[in-house]
Amino acid sequence: MMLFKLSLRNIKKSFKDYAIYFFTLILGVAIFYIFNAIDSQTVLLDVTSSTKSIIDLMVNMLSGVSVFVSIILGFLVIYANRFLMKRRNKEFGIYLTLGMSKKKISLILLIETLVIGAISLIVGLLIGTLLSQVMSVFVANMFEADMTRFAFVFSTSATIKTLIYFGIIYLLVMIFNIVIVSKCRLIDLFQASRKSEKVKIKNPIVCILIFIVAVCMLSYAYYMVTVGVDDLALASDILIPIALGCVSTFLIFWSLSGLLLRIIMSFKKFYYKGLNSFVLRQISNKINTTVASMSIICIMLFVTICVLSSSLSIKNSMTANLTTLVPADIEITKTLDMSVSDALDLGYNEEQAEDSKYAVRYSLEKLDFDVDKYFEDILDFQIYATNDVLIKDTLGAYYDEAKKTYPFLIYDTAETFIKLSDYNSLANRYGLEKISLNSDEYAIIADFDQWSAIRNEALKRGATLTLLGKEYHPKYDECINGFLYMTSNHINTGIFVVPDEAVSDAIREQNIFIADYNADTDEEKEDIEKMITELSDHDYATSTTLSASTKISIYEASIGLGALVTFIGLYLGLIFLISSAAILALKELSESTDNKERYNMLRKIGTDESMINNALFKQIAVFFLIPLLLAIIHSIFGLEFCRYILETFGDEEMVKSITMTVIFLIIIYGGYFVITYICSKNIIKEGR
Amino acid sequence: MANILKIDKIEKYYGNKSNLTKAIDNLSFEVDKGEFVAIMGASGSGKTTLLNCISTIDRVTSGHIFVKGQDITKLKGNALNRFRREELGFIFQDFNLLDTLTAYENIALALSIQNERVAVIEKRIEDIALKLNIKHCLDKYPYQLSGGEKQRVASARAIITNPALVLADEPTGALDSKSAKMLLESFNYLNTDLKTTILMVTHDAFTASYAGRVIFIKDGKIFDELIRGDKTRKEFFDEIIDVVTLLGGDLNDAL
Repeated sequence: MMLFKLSLRNIKKSFKDYAIYFFTLILGVAIFYIFNAIDSQTVLLDVTSSTKSIIDLMVNMLSGVSVFVSIILGFLVIYANRFLMKRRNKEFGIYLTLGMSKKKISLILLIETLVIGAISLIVGLLIGTLLSQVMSVFVANMFEADMTRFAFVFSTSATIKTLIYFGIIYLLVMIFNIVIVSKCRLIDLFQASRKSEKVKIKNPIVCILIFIVAVCMLSYAYYMVTVGVDDLALASDILIPIALGCVSTFLIFWSLSGLLLRIIMSFKKFYYKGLNSFVLRQISNKINTTVASMSIICIMLFVTICVLSSSLSIKNSMTANLTTLVPADIEITKTLDMSVSDALDLGYNEEQAEDSKYAVRYSLEKLDFDVDKYFEDILDFQIYATNDVLIKDTLGAYYDEAKKTYPFLIYDTAETFIKLSDYNSLANRYGLEKISLNSDEYAIIADFDQWSAIRNEALKRGATLTLLGKEYHPKYDECINGFLYMTSNHINTGIFVVPDEAVSDAIREQNIFIADYNADTDEEKEDIEKMITELSDHDYATSTTLSASTKISIYEASIGLGALVTFIGLYLGLIFLISSAAILALKELSESTDNKERYNMLRKIGTDESMINNALFKQIAVFFLIPLLLAIIHSIFGLEFCRYILETFGDEEMVKSITMTVIFLIIIYGGYFVITYICSKNIIKEGR
Repeated sequence: MANILKIDKIEKYYGNKSNLTKAIDNLSFEVDKGEFVAIMGASGSGKTTLLNCISTIDRVTSGHIFVKGQDITKLKGNALNRFRREELGFIFQDFNLLDTLTAYENIALALSIQNERVAVIEKRIEDIALKLNIKHCLDKYPYQLSGGEKQRVASARAIITNPALVLADEPTGALDSKSAKMLLESFNYLNTDLKTTILMVTHDAFTASYAGRVIFIKDGKIFDELIRGDKTRKEFFDEIIDVVTLLGGDLNDAL
């Protein structure tokens, strides 16, 4: 009982020291709960079955991410706990000298961890439950669904999950504490606070050189992800600027820590004003020893800013292109004229090979679908392909170069052809650029940037096309921007438009059937969509090469995918933000503890309290701002890259999501800053 | 001569009504301008409390302390801080130098918190460094300095603001005898040549023998007072030892 009292009193007494710890734990618990409670929020939503399945996928992914998040939080909590333990070395020393056994000290810590854990869980879950009500509005908004009703949701499963995960974390903390206590020696405990730091001075010339090198590296990395972004052919190429960025971040902090002081010292008027010399020395003294952690925090902040801002706008970017990319209600395709041997190779039987002689309309009628009743504005045409014309054949003289520059692309695929007249009616329908060709000319439509670039090179070199024994020359030296299949992205690698007489039925490849639903209202459209969905499950439909994409399904998939990425991004971004801010805050707090003596000295020589607080504020502000500043510079370029990748063109959306990110940053990062300052102020006031 | 410090019937109590400890009990004395006064007493005699009260770190329970005619027991907040940084200089047993700053910057800090101009700071530090023979260690950090050098740097910091009164709390406490001697000679120089008024608290008779006057405190009251006058330091030291013997108690152990 005595021990319990002691534990409680310890917590009460050091509540101010524990503020950061509590703040972190509560935030962690709340966020963990909110993201795990999303599935109970979506129950209230009025969504279609395909959206429902995406939500299920999202919930599964979120719970997967939760494992990762709990590992990060676990490390964070143990790290934070270690800091607090360090502060109390003397206290443990006193207990030990008073004859208290290590077992009893461990017990005190055990009780403390239990009490802190319980309080943080209760408060965190409370806040989490409240905030998750706000979240449900956000979820509904994300999935563009109506909330059938608003109800206060409390997720038991999420609560239990939070309790289990954090229970494990607290258990680890307890074990960790016991290990620390059992290992400690009395002499170490008493001497722990006594350490004098040696000030390392770096060679300024080396610093300047390293700084220049780092800035060059960083600029090159920036260049690679913005202006030179088109040269990044492979996904793995992005690792180069990332590695450059990380290394140069470290080098910049390393060299700045040596240079900054020197530069400012030469401004004597500034340096010898008030406590400036003291503050600067404090900063440079610490920056020397914390360069590595500063770099890590900077990079974490950078990731946070990029992840938050792009994940908030990704849904819009995913749906932004849809109005142009998905102009018709439905597009059905069917591979034609499969030879029996091909069909067998692809896993079809002879019957289906026979079926592939017939077009989409035949199949639909076979399925008892009244095409003319439900569809309108039908566009029905063929595309052509032959194994005699492969991609490498159409690239002409550029092929060798292309193969060298982009070795991982596949050049052995057959090219696809479309008749000029069919293309122009499609262009009319889809709002693409119409073209006209002479009898010996061809054109290419494409919208996949990388492939467009390759094909443009070939077109510029005037690559000739030999199709069915006749030669054709490029009409334009660039690809026409356009597409044939409805998808949510720009992935048309290139389709050849040739004069009508250039192709023959002998090389028919696929029948394409484009239509709108014959309906006036959204409800009626939904009904037809439902019929199509049912048809697609029909035995005949699944056994043929028939394939359909509908506007509604593409939209839902995009929205769902966008929402999924947004939630995971938000989740990870917030946890990263908390982690980096908490690490920084704890570092500063422990510094303040170490600096208590220095501030006391300042007091003794008659420094005003306001001057001291000002110095402390500056010191902490600089430490919070330096990594943030570099992270923001990184982010400007990083976000530019994200925009390139995500094809977000709307500046307005970007501004919105950046504003959201800034709000998160101010609340969480700023919150940590304020708490750190207040706690530090209390620490340096102690024992006056 | 005008007195710099006038202590007028001060009392300092600790504890509560039921359990009262009188750390200082109706103590009065004066220090004139240019004097070098040592206060001696065993631990628990109240000498540190006295110094804390003069240096405004602690407050008296009753009575008044006048520095240059100003009653510092009436000062509050920033006025108190201003008084401390403008009128007082401190020298501590454990030096109290900031380990992150060079010796030069440590000294400069005392002036820069008074918003002194850089040119003035440079000039004064150069002067004082020459006088205290610490020119060679100005660019070094405290950990690179010997104890004696550290204490001389601390002394330079204490007097660079031209304070009315320099308070030294066991300045030789952490020094070996050679360094202690050098420091005390510096004190003598400061006192005689620069006319600095020094009030030093010590329990070491050797250290006290450098002063012009020694005040002995026991149980919060003045027990005795010795004036050096024209006596040699050795003679004065013997006289101090006599009083110390009379005082008895802990002080003997310190010898």
